[in-house]
Amino acid sequence: MEKNYYVCTGCGMLCDDIEVEAEKNIVNKVYTACRVGVAHMKEGTDNAVFRVGDKPVDEATAVSEAVAILKNAKNPLIFGLGTSSNEAQKLAIELAKKTSATLDDPSSFRLGSLVEALLQNRFKTCTLDDVRNKADVTIYWGTNPSDSHPRHLSKHSYFPRGKEKQRGWEEERTAIAIDVRKSHTAKICGNYFFEIPPGGDAEFIDALIAALSGKLPKTSYNFPPKRILELANILKGAKFGVVFVGLGLVYSLENLEPLFRLMDALNEKANFHLIPMVGYSNTRGFNENLFEETGYVNSVKFEDGAVKHGPEYSIVESLKAKTVDAALIIGYDPFSSLPRSIAKNLLEIPVISLNPFETLTSRNAKVYINTAVGGVESGGTATRMDGVKVDFKPVVETKRLSDEAVLKKIMEAL
Amino acid sequence: MTNAMELYQMLPKTNCKKCGKTSCMAFAVALMAHELTPEDCPPLKEEPKYKENYEKISGLFKPSEGATETGLIVHEDLCFGCGNCVVACPPNVANDPYGVGSGNAPTNPNKLVLTVEDGVVKAQNLGECRRFGKNKILCNGCIVTCPVEAIEFV
Repeated sequence: MEKNYYVCTGCGMLCDDIEVEAEKNIVNKVYTACRVGVAHMKEGTDNAVFRVGDKPVDEATAVSEAVAILKNAKNPLIFGLGTSSNEAQKLAIELAKKTSATLDDPSSFRLGSLVEALLQNRFKTCTLDDVRNKADVTIYWGTNPSDSHPRHLSKHSYFPRGKEKQRGWEEERTAIAIDVRKSHTAKICGNYFFEIPPGGDAEFIDALIAALSGKLPKTSYNFPPKRILELANILKGAKFGVVFVGLGLVYSLENLEPLFRLMDALNEKANFHLIPMVGYSNTRGFNENLFEETGYVNSVKFEDGAVKHGPEYSIVESLKAKTVDAALIIGYDPFSSLPRSIAKNLLEIPVISLNPFETLTSRNAKVYINTAVGGVESGGTATRMDGVKVDFKPVVETKRLSDEAVLKKIMEAL
Repeated sequence: MTNAMELYQMLPKTNCKKCGKTSCMAFAVALMAHELTPEDCPPLKEEPKYKENYEKISGLFKPSEGATETGLIVHEDLCFGCGNCVVACPPNVANDPYGVGSGNAPTNPNKLVLTVEDGVVKAQNLGECRRFGKNKILCNGCIVTCPVEAIEFV
C-alpha cells in the first residue's frame, strides 16, 4: 500500500515520513512525528487576519501599507525567513535588492559562521542518510537533540539500522556527548558523557588534539586525562565519525579556529564529518540561497547593485546603532528572543510583521499580515540541516497567504 | 520490586506441596515469574494466621492501574515522542526492518509493539513483546533508550 507522507517543518530535521489524518481542514491525528511536530502540524487555522495599527483591514490595504513603509524607508531591515520556503527566501533577497535593504536572518547570532565555513568547504560534511547508513561514532557537542530535534537519534544518528550498520546501536555505534550539563542526550550516551565547565570547550579541544597525538592532555579545570585519552582512542578507531555541532560549542568559542584544528586532527587519524544542528526548518536554506547570490550567509546590505557585508549589518548591531528606519520581519519574533535593550529600538521604527501567529512583535507592528504555516498550509522546498533539499506540500487548505505570496504581492506593488 | 527470597519469608515455609511445587522456595520463584498466583497456595489463602502475609503478597501482584499485560506503563506526560524505543524495540525491528527498524515511519503497524501516535508512544500487540508469554525475557530495550524515563515495567 502506497502511503501519503508529509514533511514536518517543525525543526531543522524536516522528517519526511509523517502520516496525518485530517478531516474538513482540521488535523486530527499525526503519526510518527514527535510532540514538537504534532503541535506544529495542528497549528493551522482557517482565518486570515490583516491589521494596520490596531485596526483590522483587508488584504489589499495591509499590502499597500507595507509597500508604503518600504518605499519611504531609506534603509529597511528585512529579517527572519528561518521558517520560509526557499522560494520565499529568494523573493526576499530580490526585495532586499530592490529596496536597498539590510538583510539578515537568525543565523547571525546562531550557527551562521559554521554554515558559512561549511559552504566554503572548510569542513568535510555528509548527509543525515550517510550518518544512518555508515556512522559508527557520533559526537553531540554543545547540543541536546533529544530535546531540540527529538527524532534525531531515532531517525538518523544512533538507533536506526542502516545499510552498513545492520546490527544496531548496541554493537555498532558509539554516541558521545560533550556538554556543560547532563542533558537528555547525555543520559542516553551513558559513560560517554563528558561534562566540561561553561567556556571550557576550546581547552577541551586542545586537550583532545594532544591526546589524539599521544600527548598527555591537560586542562585548567583538571579534567581527568585518562578519560580524554579514552575518548581519543574511540575517535581514532572511527571508520565514519560525525560531529554534530550545536550552539553550545559555537557560543563558547571566540572563533571557529579550534574547531578547524580539531577536525583536521581527527581526519589525520580517522574519518570525521561535521553537521551543524540547525534549529529552524529552513535557516540553512536561507544561508545557502544568500551565499549563492552574494557569497555571504547573512548580515548583508544591498546598495546600488553592490553588496556590503559585516557584523554591523546583522539585526542586533543595526538595531543597536539605529541605522535602519523600517523593518520587515518574516516568521520571527525578535521581541521575545532578542535582548530587550536591542528589541525596544524596533518600537521607534515602522514594523511589518509576517507571521502565522500573534507574537509580541506582531502586536507591536504597524502592519501585521497573518500568513500560512509553511509545511502545514503552504508548500515549497526547504533545506535540511545537512543541506539536502526537501519538497513539502500543504496538509490542509487555508485562506491565509503564504510568505511567498505576500512577498510576491509586495514586489509587484513596488 | 521484591525478590523470591523476600516472598519466601512471607510464605508458610511448611513445604506442604499443596500448590504442586516441591517446596515453598520453588513456589516463591514461580510467583516471581508470574507462573502462579498467591491464591495457588491453599494454606496461605485459608489459614487466618497467614492473612496479613496473604494480603501483602496479593498487593504486590495486583496489576497496577493503567499497566498492560506485560506490565508496561507509558507515562504520557513525560513522553515527547522521540521514538527511540520504537526504533530500538527488538520485535519492532524484526517485524518491520525497513520501516521502524531503519528509523522511518512504520510500513505495517499491525505487528508492532510500540508506535508513536500524536507525539506520544503507544503500546499495542503485546503478544509480540519479549516480556510476554512463557519464554519471556526481561528485555529492557525501550527503557534504557528513553531519555525521560517515560516507560516503566511494573
